[in-house]
Amino acid sequence: MDLTLILFIVLAITAIATAIGLLVSRNAVYAALFLVLNFATVAVFYLLLGAPFIAMAQVTVYAGAIMVLFLFVIMLLGAEKLPKGQALPWQRPLAIVLTVVLLAEAGILLFQRLSITTALSNPEAALNTEGAVRGLGAMLFSQYLLPFEVTSVLLLVAMIGVIVLTKENKA
Amino acid sequence: MIPLTYYLVISAILFALGALGVLIRRNPLIIFMSVELMLNAANLAFVAFSRAFNVLNGQIFVFFVMTVSAAEVAVGLALIVVIFRTKHSIDVDLMSSLKG
Repeated sequence: MDLTLILFIVLAITAIATAIGLLVSRNAVYAALFLVLNFATVAVFYLLLGAPFIAMAQVTVYAGAIMVLFLFVIMLLGAEKLPKGQALPWQRPLAIVLTVVLLAEAGILLFQRLSITTALSNPEAALNTEGAVRGLGAMLFSQYLLPFEVTSVLLLVAMIGVIVLTKENKA
Repeated sequence: MIPLTYYLVISAILFALGALGVLIRRNPLIIFMSVELMLNAANLAFVAFSRAFNVLNGQIFVFFVMTVSAAEVAVGLALIVVIFRTKHSIDVDLMSSLKG
């Protein structure tokens, strides 16, 4: 058993445990912190997969910006603990059954039809970080230039939308 | 090295847990977080395939997914703040009327 596999298993257990923690925690702030840990774990997965730029973007954009926004809104609204309303009695069992069906479908696809068992080779190439980032940048500004520019419009629209939505109604 | 299937299994499990969170939780903030978890699971599958086929397109898509999810979170949280302002609660069961 080599070191990478051990690291992978530890990360996998952490990722799944934090995801379950997100689901079961009663306090929304704890849920947000579990999600931050989950994002950090996925970032390490990206490093293992030889995607350093995506890993850093994951840490800064998700674990940094998005989760800070979440925590800010949770504390602004004081919504850490919602009063427990009466849940629909069949909601939870039905949700669990549906999730198990979804997982079973994914498992069938993965192990019967896809059957990709080839190991991801050459870890040396993954360490060649400079080349990977350079390739990504070149691709982003040539082949994917139009989507990249459309992204800026999307962010602008989202920004204006948020300002308009949260504006106090003076009239 | 680690087979591609392992990454896809992790991705599938995280996606299923996110879907479960959307179905069972009633706090809209936690529902939003579960949606983010599902987007992350999809991103993980993208990067794993990108590595397996040795092309960078998957990573570019992850970049775009991140941008879209950032915009989505900003707008969604603004909506939650506005709903809280009008109804003084954010329980999903109370969001049943189209008129404020």
